[in-house]
Amino acid sequence: MAIIIDETKNVIVQGITGREGQARTQLMLGYGTSVVAGCTPGKAGQEVLGVPVFDTVADAQQHSRHVHGRDVDISVVLVPARFVKNAAIEAIEAGVKMLVLVPDRVPVWDAMEIAACAEKHQARFVGPNTLGVISPGRAVVGMIGGRAESAKAWFKPGRVGVISRSGGMSSSTAYYLGKAGIGTSTICHIGGDSVLGLRIPDVALMFEQDEQTDAIVLFGEIGGSMEEDLAELMRAGRVTKPVVAYIGGKAAKEGTRFSHAGAIIEGGKGTHAGKVKALSEAGAVVVESFGDLPEATGRVLAGQS
Amino acid sequence: MARLHEYQGKELLREAGFQTPRGGVADTPGGARAIAERLGGRVVVKIQAWTTGRKAMGGVRFADDPDQAGHIAAELLAMKVGNFPVEQVLIEECIDIQDELFVSLSINERERRPMLLLAATGGSGIEDRAEQVQPIACPLDTGPREEEVRSFLASTPIDAALHEKLCSSICSVFAVARRHEARSVEINPLVTTPDGRVVAADCRMTIDDYAVFRHSELGIEIARELDHPPTQLERIAYKVEQADHRGTFYFAQLNTEPPAGSRGLVGFHGAGGGGSMMSMDAIVAEGFTIANFTDTSGNPSAGKVYRAARIILSQPGLCGYFGSGSGVASQEQFWSAYGLAKAFWELNLSIPAVIRLGGNSEDRAVDILEGACADLPAIVEGYRKDDSPREIARRFGELVDASREAGVEAWKPRRARMPEYVGPGRSYEINGGRVWINPAMDSASATRAAELSNGLLRVQGETLVPAVDAEEFAKRDSELIGCEVECRRGGLDAVFVELDIEGLE
Repeated sequence: MAIIIDETKNVIVQGITGREGQARTQLMLGYGTSVVAGCTPGKAGQEVLGVPVFDTVADAQQHSRHVHGRDVDISVVLVPARFVKNAAIEAIEAGVKMLVLVPDRVPVWDAMEIAACAEKHQARFVGPNTLGVISPGRAVVGMIGGRAESAKAWFKPGRVGVISRSGGMSSSTAYYLGKAGIGTSTICHIGGDSVLGLRIPDVALMFEQDEQTDAIVLFGEIGGSMEEDLAELMRAGRVTKPVVAYIGGKAAKEGTRFSHAGAIIEGGKGTHAGKVKALSEAGAVVVESFGDLPEATGRVLAGQS
Repeated sequence: MARLHEYQGKELLREAGFQTPRGGVADTPGGARAIAERLGGRVVVKIQAWTTGRKAMGGVRFADDPDQAGHIAAELLAMKVGNFPVEQVLIEECIDIQDELFVSLSINERERRPMLLLAATGGSGIEDRAEQVQPIACPLDTGPREEEVRSFLASTPIDAALHEKLCSSICSVFAVARRHEARSVEINPLVTTPDGRVVAADCRMTIDDYAVFRHSELGIEIARELDHPPTQLERIAYKVEQADHRGTFYFAQLNTEPPAGSRGLVGFHGAGGGGSMMSMDAIVAEGFTIANFTDTSGNPSAGKVYRAARIILSQPGLCGYFGSGSGVASQEQFWSAYGLAKAFWELNLSIPAVIRLGGNSEDRAVDILEGACADLPAIVEGYRKDDSPREIARRFGELVDASREAGVEAWKPRRARMPEYVGPGRSYEINGGRVWINPAMDSASATRAAELSNGLLRVQGETLVPAVDAEEFAKRDSELIGCEVECRRGGLDAVFVELDIEGLE
């Protein structure tokens, strides 16, 4: 099964003719993702790597129905940050139910407008500021791995779901798990911003429902309340699969933002200590050093069988 | 900085129809005195600083006459709040207060929309009285529902005649936040007066960093949250980031002196937000203190990484340079290697550097970095994705210890070296700089250099000229930096890429 993305999903790329659009389309096609169309206003009739380009998502949707027999499942948005809002709303209104918003620096009020529109249309989105989602051996959306051959070499298929607040660290986490012989079902980078479509608890609930996921590995960070919310779901018995977590930013100081918009401790909230405590008390295994994640995950999986 | 001072926030409130106390802002005692004189009567003098609990720290004081206001302002302007020297004071008329309310709007990441928080008791310490706070959701299309605000007001002892005015003010907070794309607006307190007015007595507002580009009216210099006023290096770094959209560059200065017991001050260069933070934790766990937090990621140009390294190495007292990110980067890592190698050569690096370049093209990246730095006084080591941050942090410690034993001194910022033909030679413009061609080159050298230029330079007689048009040439700065580094590795002094960093030196 995996979550969010697999080889059966019809994917479109908004901004496919741009530098990023072309590079990421190449990765997705090379990895086995079914990219059925791309959109760039004014570029209808062109092709990018054999993928037909349309002016609007509605046209791409038509194409998907006629040629691929089904709706578009996922749109990957690769337009400059200031245009993400309109692109996302266009896709949602055209009936796309899952978006992957890759760009960094999307204004937070734009993200909230996208969220409101998605809620109205029962659509969901990953990001903004996400590297994307990959189900190893099956398909990828976004840019995890950078190149198809790297993604194939780095990530091993398996039964652990990875959730990460950091793009690079979602790759790292899965790579080191794979090196220790632990494969992954899906790796989801939720994005580095404060207002996100899918938050840690949302993805954890998806993994909970996924028959091919036995355990969840989390790369968390200081700031916000997502880790605490996951702990709450665990205490309430809504997430029962084992959770192994590392929380970054122990050495961070309050009041300074550490790269990610979401990674800031304010008013004594969102601290490293508070997150470690909440997750530990809810039954998660929280490792002190990032390098200890694979071994701890191995122990948790061994304890299950 | 995307945080606004009280007086700036109040200006935005007034534009939206709020009443605020009459007053003015001053940066000298004389200016404060003049404002007090104009206002007449008893005034309040308040430090303009990003902090809570200003009253408790003596930052809010009352004056009965202009002279006293001047004296108080002199004292307040000598204060320091955390890392922020107080640079301005706000002088306002004293108002008679009947009721006080706490009104705050913030973005609720859980609900993905703004949330108003209201409480019937204003004043300091509201953060610790969470149970008395009434949350009201603000749907983006409608803002807060007036019925909910009215029902909150009905639960307070405030005179019902004022409810309509208060309700409209509270709802306006949403409008102000939306118009200026604030991440938070806090009015603590919003007050009523015996003569039936509603007045915003304080205001704290933070604008979304990512939206500052469309709010030039706010005059925000550095859209970045820091716990201190932006330093000179942070200003320089911010300009570098703004000038080059390829990849992100984040730079914050943290410590200028290692605390007692620290193993030393480290120039820290991360890659990727999470990976940088994890690597920062790893180097701090080894007993080091980081001088700065830097992150170049998202497929940055070689020039951006070069400028980051030059800015990091403008900090004195460093015992070493530590670079590490996620370690399994999607971006092609050799561009970063070229940028670092160029900066280290120009500065003739003398302190040890440990750089983890794991990810795509990591073998090539490590080969470039170590090869290009082989002749430097410093030991420069590159690492790959299979080398963990903990291991390389330990290795960094070993190298720092060894270099100290060998008598290597702490880093002193120095002028970058450049070949003699920079200036008199021939140059061609590129983004943010220019490429200089060594005039004293034989045709064999020129031919070899052209081969290392990715088709960007061609031989003409005994010199090199751009092989593509000027516009295309200007965009290929990363490749040209690569060409310079590769030539140097091949023992060839053919080209030099001069990259401007506004304000550095």
